[in-house]
Amino acid sequence: MTRPKLQPFLRPKHIDQIPCGTCFNAGHLVDANAGWRTDTPVLDQSLCTGCLQCYLLCPEGVIFRAESGLLIDYDFCKGCGICAHECKAKAITMRKGGL
Amino acid sequence: MTHAHKAFASGNEAVAMGVRLARPHVIAAYPITPQTTVVERLAEMVEDGSLRCEYLHVESEHSALSAAMGASAVGARTFTATSSQGLLYMVECLHYASGGRFPIVMMNANRALALPWNIYNDQRDSLSQLDSGWIQIYVEDAQEALDMIIQAYAIAEHPRVLTPVMVNLDGFVLTHTYELVDVPSQQSVDEFLPPFQTSNKMDLDAPTNMGFTATPADYMEFKYQQHRAMVDAAEVIVNTDRAFGTNFGRNYGGLVDSYRSGDAEFILLTLGSVTGTARVVVDQLRAEGHRVGLVKIRYMRPFPARELAALTRRAKAVGVLEKNISPGYEGTVFTNVNSALAQAGSSPLVLNFVAGLGGRDIAKADIARMFEQLAAGAENPPDERVIFVTLQVAVAPEALVRYADEGL
Repeated sequence: MTRPKLQPFLRPKHIDQIPCGTCFNAGHLVDANAGWRTDTPVLDQSLCTGCLQCYLLCPEGVIFRAESGLLIDYDFCKGCGICAHECKAKAITMRKGGL
Repeated sequence: MTHAHKAFASGNEAVAMGVRLARPHVIAAYPITPQTTVVERLAEMVEDGSLRCEYLHVESEHSALSAAMGASAVGARTFTATSSQGLLYMVECLHYASGGRFPIVMMNANRALALPWNIYNDQRDSLSQLDSGWIQIYVEDAQEALDMIIQAYAIAEHPRVLTPVMVNLDGFVLTHTYELVDVPSQQSVDEFLPPFQTSNKMDLDAPTNMGFTATPADYMEFKYQQHRAMVDAAEVIVNTDRAFGTNFGRNYGGLVDSYRSGDAEFILLTLGSVTGTARVVVDQLRAEGHRVGLVKIRYMRPFPARELAALTRRAKAVGVLEKNISPGYEGTVFTNVNSALAQAGSSPLVLNFVAGLGGRDIAKADIARMFEQLAAGAENPPDERVIFVTLQVAVAPEALVRYADEGL
């Protein structure tokens, strides 16, 4: 459940720094992509049982485990609401707005 | 392990033998006339154990090239083959393969395009794909077909090139005619063609993203890089051909081959199997004292612009014989040749002989007439530079009146 981090994109200065073909190091996320979120899932850690259903069902793979508990990567969450709908403990609620 | 031997083989069988010697890991192909016997022979080789490779049965040409790309993307040496409608069906994948820099080798049996439906030879299928980013080779005989399959892998997989290669054989004229072919030993081919190594692949130890998107901010650099790789391929092609000659005792001149063109006043440019017929005509006309010559264009991409300009530098007139027409303008080979000569500041008369469409025969007398037209044109340049050779009917509107009277 370790996730690749958003990395700063260093723009190539020379043609030989452009990948040969469409092949480059995996996990090199350079653009946050959450602009179309209208509602935002918010997790209440005190209610979370750690069942990981949200992690399994999130279509974007943006829910991950940290030392403090489950976290949501808002750089890539599209706000679909599946996690909130599936959470049996009602630990996730959808808050109005993209935040 | 095969030893060097001679075989009586068709063009297609020679291709299959060349492929076996190149030891591909994966073959994915869909049969189409007149390519079918290539993939039949390869299937038999896999069945009898003389070729150890995955042979994928796919449901279309689009899938054939897609499967070849998937295999190439894990570092496999791959082969596919097609023709005509099949080539056009995989056009989307042609660009995918070249943009992804997958060094796939594909044999194409040159065949006319529908409509009208026609299974016979011309070159409008592959010539319509010059912009697809593939290296294009046109071979003259079965020996060259076998040899160029082996060279094609060395060129495609070269780190400076990493570009797919299409080896074109004239349908039936070459794919289905038999000749004596020198088949090199497996050991000698292994020495010439080392196993495929690439970093452009999926690898558990070094995970990569493959087949990604590029926005307007980055896309153009990928196309520039592809263009430069193709330009650089010219040198790799010449070196590969030279090395092939050292190893096997046969080579082909790299991007072009010329025949008695050194002091020629009138030079005909050809592609593929018709070159053999044109050679005979050149000999006949030379025996009569005419200073005629021949240049065989072996590669349409990268295009041998400088070579053609240099070889035709002293000619009074140059003819481009091609089994192709871009309706409404001229043959595409003619366009490319004129651009090359113009950029070199060379300005002989250039005539376009459009011939052999849909498999129509190009006879020695037809080629002799082309040389006559070049000689006449050098004196009095004709208004129309694009000439359809061997049309069987009159095309002048006023001629219709005469034939209408006959009740047709």
